[in-house]
Amino acid sequence: MEHTTLAHHLLVAGLLFALGLTGVLVRRNLLVVYMCLELMLTAATLALVAFSRFNRTMDGAVFVFFIITVAAAEVAVGLALIVALYRRRGSMKSDELTTLRD
Amino acid sequence: MPDGLFIFFAALTLGAASLLVLSRNAVTSAMGMILALVGVAADFFLLDAYFLGVLQVLVYAGAVMVLFLFVIMLLTDTAESSEGYPWKSAAVGLAVFFFLTAGVLWLFVWSGAVPATAAGATPPELSANPGEFITAAKGFGRLLYTKYLLPLEIAGFLLLVALVGVVSLSKDPVEENA
Repeated sequence: MEHTTLAHHLLVAGLLFALGLTGVLVRRNLLVVYMCLELMLTAATLALVAFSRFNRTMDGAVFVFFIITVAAAEVAVGLALIVALYRRRGSMKSDELTTLRD
Repeated sequence: MPDGLFIFFAALTLGAASLLVLSRNAVTSAMGMILALVGVAADFFLLDAYFLGVLQVLVYAGAVMVLFLFVIMLLTDTAESSEGYPWKSAAVGLAVFFFLTAGVLWLFVWSGAVPATAAGATPPELSANPGEFITAAKGFGRLLYTKYLLPLEIAGFLLLVALVGVVSLSKDPVEENA
């Protein structure tokens, strides 16, 4: 009985999301935090593809296509923001960027 | 019991993601991220979504991660682990991770919320029942230019806006003030 069920794929996606969220909470380097955010997004797309496949519908897969497009644009803008932030503040650690708190 | 390829790639994905979260070196983190994305792409292949798998490798593991590596190379200061280990946030992160993992396990394994007998609990063979899920790029093309034409146009426009935004963001602020 060599079969992967929907639950197996969802399990991987859920664990991937948990790892990403942990990274966002724990890490201090803004770039690594951003990568962990991307990981969470990827986990969501994995769940979408699995649902789409097991329900035999194409819409989830097309949605993932759009998610990949938007994620590419989002990464470009986010990295430009991080670079601009680093130029102004000279730091890329989330616990040193506290202008709004002070 | 899932088949061997799935177990292999799932383990690869989760292991690489742990490397991304745990490594204290940003470049090692990026390498873990690339490996995790390739693992997810392999999962797409196992789900018969070949076009998405190829796209994932090209766009994510290729273009996006090269962008990340460039920024890491330009900005990261290597002397990062000078201060003490962040025990407090590590403890919080560990607690959150175990909480989430327990929730995921309960939801997807023990609660029985995922239907085991609904449409294709065992992966339906596409050749036996083609259904609606078309694996070739043709299936995407047809939907993108009929049902999802407007979202496609908006996505294209979004890419243009992002392009202009990045150009204006990356202008030198010092040069601007002078």
